[in-house]
Amino acid sequence: MSSEWPLWEVFIRGQHGLNHRHVGSLHAPDAELAIKHARDVYTRRNEGVSIWVVKSNDISASSPSDKGPLFEPSNSKVYRHPTFFEIPEEVGHM
Amino acid sequence: MYAQMVKTDSDRVKSLAEMNPQERDFQERVDRGEKIEPKEWMPEAYRKTLIRQIGQHAHSEIVGQLPEGNWITRAPTLERKAILLAKVQDEAGHGLYLYCAAETLGVSRDELLALLHSGKMKYSSIFNYPTLNWADIGAVGWLVDGAAIMNQVQLQKTSYGPYSRAMVRICKEESFHQRQGYDIMMKMAFGTPAQKAMAQDALNRFWYPALMMFGPSDKDSVHSAQSMAWKIKINTNDELRQKFVDQTVPQARYLGLTIPDPDLKWNEEKAGHDFTEPDWSEFFDVIAGNGPCNRERMNARVKAWEDGAWFRDGLVAHAEKVADRRAAARVAAE
Ligand SMILES: [Fe+2]
Ligand SMILES: [Fe+2]
Ligand SMILES: [Fe+2]
Repeated sequence: MSSEWPLWEVFIRGQHGLNHRHVGSLHAPDAELAIKHARDVYTRRNEGVSIWVVKSNDISASSPSDKGPLFEPSNSKVYRHPTFFEIPEEVGHM
Repeated sequence: MYAQMVKTDSDRVKSLAEMNPQERDFQERVDRGEKIEPKEWMPEAYRKTLIRQIGQHAHSEIVGQLPEGNWITRAPTLERKAILLAKVQDEAGHGLYLYCAAETLGVSRDELLALLHSGKMKYSSIFNYPTLNWADIGAVGWLVDGAAIMNQVQLQKTSYGPYSRAMVRICKEESFHQRQGYDIMMKMAFGTPAQKAMAQDALNRFWYPALMMFGPSDKDSVHSAQSMAWKIKINTNDELRQKFVDQTVPQARYLGLTIPDPDLKWNEEKAGHDFTEPDWSEFFDVIAGNGPCNRERMNARVKAWEDGAWFRDGLVAHAEKVADRRAAARVAAE
């Protein structure tokens, strides 16, 4: 038989209060073992308090060629940043 | 190094003017220090070279577990055993991070392992030397992981995103490896005269093989020039070897051990040590498969892979059964 184990993406929450963050991927036959493997591969030094795994095949990603249409429109909207507005010093902290 | 003498498929490095627009755009991104990510366009030769380099690096981590694993059951104390076990487990992790990075380039894990097991892909020459006694485990951590760090620290800046991120993770773990090795060396070198003699003997046997890890001089190599243009290699082999020697000499002196090179001396002018090159004919012989342990290492790898097949397959069969049962239950509930 010998079919290759599917690939899983691993997300780890480093501390309480932070988001899960993608740390890498690994092969495992099912979700349960993917979590066990993730424990061994990515949290040997207390790196995490929670693990998510998701099959790599189930992830939809934006394509590199869409970089322009997707992200360039926000370049021209500098007013979305607070530093765009000048507040007189007398007003104090805002 | 962990990847030694990686070929690039090019006979010379193209100038920006000779490149087509796509190639030029790619090279300019690399020159600006941008990271290249998996699905982005890259020259076919860049992709292939990276698979060779990262694959060889991954194989080295995995095969590198064997000489140290040899001593886990014979470590002198329970504490040393636990430490060595953790170190060897880290190396398995390093192999896994790197295989994953290679897989983002369109090669499968099983393909890479098949290439290793058939001898078509190499691993570092250093792991074809035996670990004869406990002092060797000290020398391996101190010198072999020490040389590996030299290489891996600079590779954190490599142009390929997944490779660079794997290197960052690995480097965080490596200094534990080198320190535990040096700690063993201290214990031995400051122990009984017999222990000190063992430490000296281990240094004598591992010194030149450690220098070989950086590979032969590549200052005139087209492959290295191309790899450096692509930023998948940052320093020349000679630069790294020099750095390693300069760093190691005072460490050996502290231990009261003698580096087995009568011509080793400080050169004020170049602000570095002059030293004797390893015997490169021995290196090429080991690479060709004739080192002291090549056959033993490959047999152990292939045996582990084949003996584990029924277990890997069993887990897949179980996962499929559970998935089918779940699907059936869902249908029944509807
Ligand atoms: Fe390693
Ligand atoms: Fe290593
Ligand atoms: Fe290591």
